[in-house]
Amino acid sequence: MFPELNSILNSTPDSFKSSDFILVSDRRADASFLIHHHLSFYLRAGCKVCFLGLVQSFSHYSAVGQRLGVSLAQAREKGQLVFLEGLKNSIGVILQEDTSQETQPLSYLRTPGAGLEGLFRFVESSVRQSGDGDAGESWGPPVLLIDDLSVLLSLGVSVGAILDFTLYCKATVCSELQGNMVILVRCEEEDADDDEEGSNLLQRGLVHQCNLALHVEGLPTGYCRDIHGQMEVWWRQEGETICNRRKIFHFKVHDKGASFFARGTSSAVL
Amino acid sequence: MAAPVRGMIGSTSIGNTTSFQKKTRSKLVSIPGTRPSVQNGQLLVSSGVSSLDYVIGGGLAVGTLLLVEEDHYDSYSRMLLKYFLAEGVVCGHELFLASARDHPDDIMQELPSPIVDDVAGMKISEGQSQPSDPENPDTMKIAWRYQNQPKVQTALASSVRFGHYYDVSKTMEPELRQAAKCHSFYQLQETPVVTASSPLPSPYHSLLKSIQTVIRKEGFDGSTPQSKVRNVLRLGLHSLGSVLWGDDVCCKDNPAHCHALTTFLYILRGLLRTSLSVAMVTVPSHLTQNRAVMGRIIRLSDTAIALESFKGSEKETNPLYKDYHGLLHVRQLPRLNCLSCEVPDTKDLAFKLKRKQFTIERLHLPPDLSETTVSP
Repeated sequence: MFPELNSILNSTPDSFKSSDFILVSDRRADASFLIHHHLSFYLRAGCKVCFLGLVQSFSHYSAVGQRLGVSLAQAREKGQLVFLEGLKNSIGVILQEDTSQETQPLSYLRTPGAGLEGLFRFVESSVRQSGDGDAGESWGPPVLLIDDLSVLLSLGVSVGAILDFTLYCKATVCSELQGNMVILVRCEEEDADDDEEGSNLLQRGLVHQCNLALHVEGLPTGYCRDIHGQMEVWWRQEGETICNRRKIFHFKVHDKGASFFARGTSSAVL
Repeated sequence: MAAPVRGMIGSTSIGNTTSFQKKTRSKLVSIPGTRPSVQNGQLLVSSGVSSLDYVIGGGLAVGTLLLVEEDHYDSYSRMLLKYFLAEGVVCGHELFLASARDHPDDIMQELPSPIVDDVAGMKISEGQSQPSDPENPDTMKIAWRYQNQPKVQTALASSVRFGHYYDVSKTMEPELRQAAKCHSFYQLQETPVVTASSPLPSPYHSLLKSIQTVIRKEGFDGSTPQSKVRNVLRLGLHSLGSVLWGDDVCCKDNPAHCHALTTFLYILRGLLRTSLSVAMVTVPSHLTQNRAVMGRIIRLSDTAIALESFKGSEKETNPLYKDYHGLLHVRQLPRLNCLSCEVPDTKDLAFKLKRKQFTIERLHLPPDLSETTVSP
């Protein structure tokens, strides 16, 4: 959890906006540090977290979480965290032709054209708490975290199927259960002749659905060792105000967190 | 210009001027040819080129994938692959080599020979005291304590014991080569297996199956009980994505199998993360017409570099590049088990292949702008 980011977004583990759909995207940069922030944030807040880890192993998130002060292994044991190991289980699906029940969420690997229904059923069953839990512990509102959604494009799933999946998830998690969603999407360069099934199309579709968009990019002036990039924060305003709020920050990622500052105020420059 | 700090970190292990031995009860496995990373404790292996090790943050982390975008004639990327395999032979790692164009045995026969004198020479010179010799102009009279330290180099180098140097003009001795266990996969000799249910085309599917079999059989994923010493498996996959692998991503604008290579890399990533292995994949990226696919391939690998050689291009006669053979672009560096990654000083790097060394150097200094600027 990054304290500076909490103050920028005006949220703390004790009081945060519910029914929020947060989209984290990047273009030729790496925004995964924001996923680690949200993971530790919601675990600290005591929410039930469903994490679809499609590109990294559990030990990676666990190691980073340790530095940020949360223990993922403990959370998984207590039942607060449900983690889908995408990498490990997909070997079985493709190479062993494993069709057992556990690999149903990854059915898109076998038939990419068929859509993500299996994955959605997994998410649905994870976020709906059983009324009388085994340990009697009741967690806060459910949170769905996905890292990263654009890898499904590399595996052959169509943009339309992914947007359908996010719409279903939003309806279940955000509207019905008053929970939050955080999704990471990685894009490539804006191309003049963009292909139909590009990640840019996916990102545009998700920006249309979300409430808060955090977009991470490299600096427009070039590579700098001390400023790792710029992050654009965009809030969708509800209510009477017509214009949407948009702010840009520079950031630097450390070992134990990230610091955010206004443009031009990096300590390297001042 | 001062020698980079990173080069000095490793030198404490070879320049042992004290008899103090640190008592380590380390929980890390001690496998020959590996060392833990200074940054995040990851187990690293050398890529065979010490300059490249420095550029990518100390070495290749075990469990990750290094992607090399080939230069136009595939000369330097093939050289890097041979360095990678030769380093595996010298360190005693197991090798797995897959290629579709040249037979793996041909590639193995071309491995450069290691310069063993270099390592032995440095060890011997530390033990003896150097008497001042009037006939030998190299002996230092005043700064004699620095006699045994390595000379300052503008080239980026890491510890000698971790990586080795190779002589490109000689090939490796057959005895040394045969001492290493090497599994090979030659695409043209494999019988195609029709797998209608898999989204992967047959060559990639058989390659993955073959890799998985080797990992399971030799126990790299910890499945077999540890009766022997733990070792690292080095996978060298040559020219994936080319037509000979049955993939048309490199020859068509709208390939029929546009997700084959990316699915392959995804499953390979899963296999690497669950075993003690490290992979180096070369891809002829200059043939792909779709930049979006290259972007996805880079994201699915951990470390990604691209080689751009000057041969045959107008840059060959450019006076700025006259000392070098090509440019090296670092496309991606991994963040493994930590938030931050190895941030290089500068991204303008050029390489040159000399007989005894593959050097990677900075083209020019970056602007003097940092949080800890030294005041003049």
